Amino acid sequence: MNKLSKYTTAVLTGLPALVWPAAAAAQENGISSGDTAWMLTATALVLFMTLPGLAFFYGGLVRTKNVLSVLMQCFVIACMVSVLWVVYAYSLTFGPGGPFIGGLSKAFMNGVTEEGLWGTIPETVFSTFQLTFAIITPALIVGAFAERMKFSSMLLFTALWLTLVYAPIAHWVWAEDGWLFKRGLLDFAGGTVVHTTCGVAALCCALVMGRRSGFPDSPMPPHNMAITVAGACMLWVGWFGFNAGSAVAADGNAGMAMLATHTSAAAGALAWMVAEWIKYGKPSVLGVATGTIAGLATITPASGFVGPGGALVIGILAGVLCFAVTNYMKRALKVDDSLDVFPVHGIGGMLGTFLSGVFASASLGVFSGQGYAEGMTMTSQLGVQIIGIFAVAVYTAFVTWLILKLVDVLLGLRVNVEDETMGLDTSQHNERGYSF
Amino acid sequence: MKLLTAIIKPFKLDDVREALSAVGVQGLTVTEVKGFGRQKGHTELYRGAEYVVDFLPKTRIEVAIDDTMVGTVIEAITKAANTGKIGDGKIFVLDLEQAIRIRTGETGSDAL
Repeated sequence: MNKLSKYTTAVLTGLPALVWPAAAAAQENGISSGDTAWMLTATALVLFMTLPGLAFFYGGLVRTKNVLSVLMQCFVIACMVSVLWVVYAYSLTFGPGGPFIGGLSKAFMNGVTEEGLWGTIPETVFSTFQLTFAIITPALIVGAFAERMKFSSMLLFTALWLTLVYAPIAHWVWAEDGWLFKRGLLDFAGGTVVHTTCGVAALCCALVMGRRSGFPDSPMPPHNMAITVAGACMLWVGWFGFNAGSAVAADGNAGMAMLATHTSAAAGALAWMVAEWIKYGKPSVLGVATGTIAGLATITPASGFVGPGGALVIGILAGVLCFAVTNYMKRALKVDDSLDVFPVHGIGGMLGTFLSGVFASASLGVFSGQGYAEGMTMTSQLGVQIIGIFAVAVYTAFVTWLILKLVDVLLGLRVNVEDETMGLDTSQHNERGYSF
Repeated sequence: MKLLTAIIKPFKLDDVREALSAVGVQGLTVTEVKGFGRQKGHTELYRGAEYVVDFLPKTRIEVAIDDTMVGTVIEAITKAANTGKIGDGKIFVLDLEQAIRIRTGETGSDAL
């Protein structure tokens, strides 16, 4: 069952408990300590994905002179998004409002009390869990403009993007009054909200900001592959919190989401490995790690709706398609989406959102999922999925482009060539990553 | 006096060091360098971005010796560092104008 219809049921039964404490004792559907314990854990796991999972994954892929800038960007995004979330962004996303955006009734976490529930868990836990998603989404975009964006511009860009892109879209898809939620869009943990948005935004940034100085002729190999792989491993582990946590319960739904997530991760890694082996002659650890991330990103929207058989197919398709698009963008188009955010997360998110509509079907034998909502068929569900993908992608592209233009006018987007050559660690932060 | 600079394959360092000790050379300086000659590099591939890495890791040894020792030392290094394959390296012989031992102030051959 979709986590938000569980929320509706629980809130309606939980509300009396807030108003009349005596009623709480009589409540059967109050707080669940099992659900709460899991969600507290899942929240920590998803924060771990950014700090330090993504920070290490990206950090090792850039040149030595820029390693700190990546760590700094991930770290500061986490801090800034956290503050903005508490002040207004949680309210804009999940506060009651309209079909396109929430309201400000929960600004400064107004009404979010120690006893208040969101379904069977405290609302404090739900909002913090969602915060970790709001953190990682803009942090993922860092990969597109790595090694050349001005730090102050990155801060302003992220604040505006959180407010004007992430909050509305998360509201459309996950808030009860959101228009895509009402249409029955299947996006369990963020195929549209997280991966399509960050992927499309990344592509916009890469196209608007232009290539790194020296790209593609100068070699720019990763400076620390070992730490990149460590980061990828942390992302895999953390992703259990991301997907299984999106069940907002410690139950069978979470368990199946975990199984599907893990299956797709492994399948994605092997599929990329085979594709690379065939095309380039040798399998690489970066390929295997990236294939895992592709598998994880693609299963994200589907994880609570499909079965392990479907997850296997999804993972394999993710590995192959994301591999193909990564190579095409890098070698044929020569677009400098420096850390391949669009081909892995953008394409993965869109593919996964579409395939959720396929593998949710209960009529696919061993590839069956959990079944469609009442009144929906595969055709009608796929229609909704496509509307969702399209709306999210187009809105993200347009608004991201506007934000970039605005930030460019106010602050400029890139560092100058001299600072870029010196490296951002020195030019933006007066620091050095390593002193061996 | 002469300063001999030898560029050799890194795994040959121990053999060369032993050979130099055997002919009476009492000190040397070692640096890790990279370079290429006729030996080809290798290719690295990161998500489709291909790089040809021309530079190969090598070891540079410097020894300061008397003119009389030049032939012996060259022979010792050559025999110890040779593998018969491309990339074995080179030896350069430079004129050494002066040498000073810092601790005692000795100069010339007494400093070697």
